[in-house]
Amino acid sequence: MADQKTLTFSIMDGPYENARTVTALRLIDIAARRGYNINVFAYEGAVSLSFAKQAAHANPVHGHDIDEEDHPLPKEWVSSLIKTAEANGGKVDWINCGLCVDERGVTESVDGTRRGTPADLWNAAASSDGTLVIGTK
Amino acid sequence: MKVLQVIDTAYRCTIEEQDDPVVWITAVMKGAGGELGVLLRGNAVNYAVKGQDASGLAFGGRKQTQPPKIDQDVQRLAQKGVQVFLVQEDASERGIDAAELVDGVETIPRTGVARLFDDYDQVWHW
Amino acid sequence: MAKYTLIASRDAFESKESERFCALAGDLKRAGNEVTLFLVQNGVLCARPSHVASELSKLAQEGVAVLADSFSLRERGIASDRLAAGIESAQLDVIVDHMAEGRRVIWN
Repeated sequence: MADQKTLTFSIMDGPYENARTVTALRLIDIAARRGYNINVFAYEGAVSLSFAKQAAHANPVHGHDIDEEDHPLPKEWVSSLIKTAEANGGKVDWINCGLCVDERGVTESVDGTRRGTPADLWNAAASSDGTLVIGTK
Repeated sequence: MKVLQVIDTAYRCTIEEQDDPVVWITAVMKGAGGELGVLLRGNAVNYAVKGQDASGLAFGGRKQTQPPKIDQDVQRLAQKGVQVFLVQEDASERGIDAAELVDGVETIPRTGVARLFDDYDQVWHW
Repeated sequence: MAKYTLIASRDAFESKESERFCALAGDLKRAGNEVTLFLVQNGVLCARPSHVASELSKLAQEGVAVLADSFSLRERGIASDRLAAGIESAQLDVIVDHMAEGRRVIWN
């Protein structure tokens, strides 16, 4: 792909905490649909986005059982983004900060993600067309 | 590649992490060969104040024996060759005098931030 | 001259920091750079006419492209015809375009 770009995102927020997560995933989705190569460095709480043991639930306030609620699980969004990039000729290298994983105990992560270090973020950014760091507050 | 790390949220998780995660990741990336600068702005200007002491906490019988030492971490960054800048107005608004700052921190006016960005290839606002 | 895209995600009515971030867009423009200020999430709450929005309108008059994420606007029930002068609705794709172009894209 002649105009295939490489973008790097660093994200910090854990799931179900902040709108920044949705915006970050929207940006990654746009890049994945374009078939870009995408590096994601999940730092701090963001390592839980791909945690494999996330589970859906029913919602009595909504009057929904578990199927009707179809509760969003960020791990499924992560997996889907990885597949979408691949289907469009790109790839997602989803890197979870290893120390952040250990201190949170979220060692089981969905397929297609891996452990890494801040050096991975630096190297990814250095070889990318653009980098966006989305810090937490 | 030269990157400016902008820090403006202080003491968010320093007790749990025993450091500031952005100061920490800057040190790691510097150690991996990265060329970095740090800009402290907003409440993070206080990271450069000498004499911070977060010791003495205990949760039930579990003491925190290794509290964060952010001032020393910031000074160590400067000693390792990371240029550390601080926004003057953000410090003076908070009553911080220049004499209170750790060595190696360079003060710039708020209007100088745009000019500082020019010296870097990327600006990462954490 | 460099190209900057500043992403303002916080409500400027609540955050002095957000107000200063928008002011930084003006500083960067006056320093001779090409600047886009992109409002997203609660950042779009200052897109309706107000004293805060008037500052954004001034930035637009100075040549800063002031854009507001169309999804964030729709999510908050803000119609395009309710936007203050100089603020335009835009797709989030703009950010990916700018990253791919190698602009300095900065989040707040």
